[in-house]
Amino acid sequence: MFAETETASVKNVNRKMDSVIHVEKLNKSFGNNHILHNFDFDLLKGENVVVLGKSGSGKSVLIKCIIGLMNPDSGSVNVLGKEIPELNHQELDRIRVKVGFLFQSNALYDSMTVRENLEFPLRRHWIQKNKETVNDLVMEALTNVGLAETVDMMPSELSGGMRKRIALARTLILKPEIILYDEPTTGLDPITGKEISTLMLEVQKKYNTSSVIISHDINCVKLVSNRVVMLIDGICYASGTYDELKVSTDKKIHKFFE
Amino acid sequence: MIFIILSNDSIHASVFNFKSSLRIIAMVVSADIWKSFLSETGDIARFTGRFFTEFPRPRYEFGEFLRQAFYIGYKSLPLVAITAFIMGLVITIQSRPTLVEFGAEAWLPKMVSISLIREIAPVITALICAGKIGSGIGAELGSMKVTEQIDAMEVSGTNPYKYLVVTRVMATTLTIPILAVLADTVSLYGGFLGANIRGVVSWDLFWNQVFDTLVFGDVLPSILKTFFFGFAIGIIGCYKGYNSNKGTEGVGRSANSAVVISSLLVFVIDLIAVQITDLLQLN
Ligand SMILES: Nc1ncnc2c1ncn2[C@@H]1O[C@H](COP(=O)(O)OP(=O)(O)OP(=O)(O)O)[C@@H](O)[C@H]1O
Ligand SMILES: [Mg+2]
Repeated sequence: MFAETETASVKNVNRKMDSVIHVEKLNKSFGNNHILHNFDFDLLKGENVVVLGKSGSGKSVLIKCIIGLMNPDSGSVNVLGKEIPELNHQELDRIRVKVGFLFQSNALYDSMTVRENLEFPLRRHWIQKNKETVNDLVMEALTNVGLAETVDMMPSELSGGMRKRIALARTLILKPEIILYDEPTTGLDPITGKEISTLMLEVQKKYNTSSVIISHDINCVKLVSNRVVMLIDGICYASGTYDELKVSTDKKIHKFFE
Repeated sequence: MIFIILSNDSIHASVFNFKSSLRIIAMVVSADIWKSFLSETGDIARFTGRFFTEFPRPRYEFGEFLRQAFYIGYKSLPLVAITAFIMGLVITIQSRPTLVEFGAEAWLPKMVSISLIREIAPVITALICAGKIGSGIGAELGSMKVTEQIDAMEVSGTNPYKYLVVTRVMATTLTIPILAVLADTVSLYGGFLGANIRGVVSWDLFWNQVFDTLVFGDVLPSILKTFFFGFAIGIIGCYKGYNSNKGTEGVGRSANSAVVISSLLVFVIDLIAVQITDLLQLN
């Protein structure tokens, strides 16, 4: 009995050491609206974890807490060894260079061209000063998503799928170690959705990134996930590979895989 | 009326109850309105306070400030000039008959220049800017907010308050006085033309009279207050946009209330400015 608890806690420590994101007992509510209750979550190095949950279940809130856009009410959010809620602005910026964030609504700056959109994170993080290097990085990121020809267009001139890919290019331009994708394939046709999913896999292989992916798109989940976490009623309801969860007999889980 | 017609006591009482309940409803409603008014005022004060704490600290977004200042000035220049010209012209034409009645037609340039410089040109400039710039800023920041562009800036190592709010507020604070000085000049020119429609006033005579009339105490307070107009327009536009609610409807509402509140503030500031200049006996 005693030995068993000990191995469990040792296992827990190991998990914490390997993980690039470690969330423990995270609580977040808006007024009387309790979104996350003691939510636990881990992302290991090189892993693609999909967070699955109903609309409004707090998936976006979770990754916003991870990147420090929202402050949790209580609990620990540890990213690359740093406690996010305790960091000041500068320390937070230093972590954010290493963590890419793809917004659910793309969040492209619509007063700027595609080039300026991609240059923005580079310039703001004081990274590349040299004009040619900046240009090379921009073109590389655009070529990665197959949209090099749009470099001088405005976001309003692009289609929804193109905008998604530009947003992805902007997320990838800093070569982050961790990428948080908020619904990367929602609202796209199945073919474009698959292209984006493939792109995400390529990125993972090429740069050895770890990612958290929020998605309702079962095809995308199947393709990219190493592990799936079910966010139901504010807790981590279940966790396992796609194939494991797919055959689960639990009603709440089964609904997502119908 | 009802009381005269109804003699029955019970009906009388029920009418009374109806009236008093109406009064209670009115009080509750107005208490709610007061509450939201006070909480909004508090929020705006906090937002403004943040401006003063963030403004002196690096990093200074000088490029963005220049871009905004140029944009704001350039966008409003034609409108301000045309309106000021028309105001100068109209005020002169309207004032003439009264002065003629008193046999004081020669005072026309004097009177017109005082009212234009002290009051009309700065306030008209501020109102136009509240309409054009205030709504523009409210809508722009509002749509950036609802499409998560402000969050995106934050994760890209940028303090969005500094990058978006401080630069815009500085731009309006420094640009609107320049526009107001321009409006002063153009409206006086309109006044000159207005004076020449009926009577004949030579160019030299008109300007001599104007500069004889206007003293330091007229011009300086009128320019000083435009800095406050500019600040109010910028801060309200930014506040409304930055705190926009979700959805495109929220963006429209932000733009709309930015115009309403900043126009109202322009008049309030004007009122305070008048009291201060009066107290200091500057005029
Ligand atoms: N800034 C906020 N203020 C108040 N409530 C919020 C805020 N952000 C999110 N919420 C609430 O938190 C809940 C979870 O929102 P969230 O955006 O995380 O949902 P989601 O799981 O990402 O859903 P979707 O799949 O539709 O994107 C919602 O009920 C929402 O109303
Ligand atoms: Mg979401």
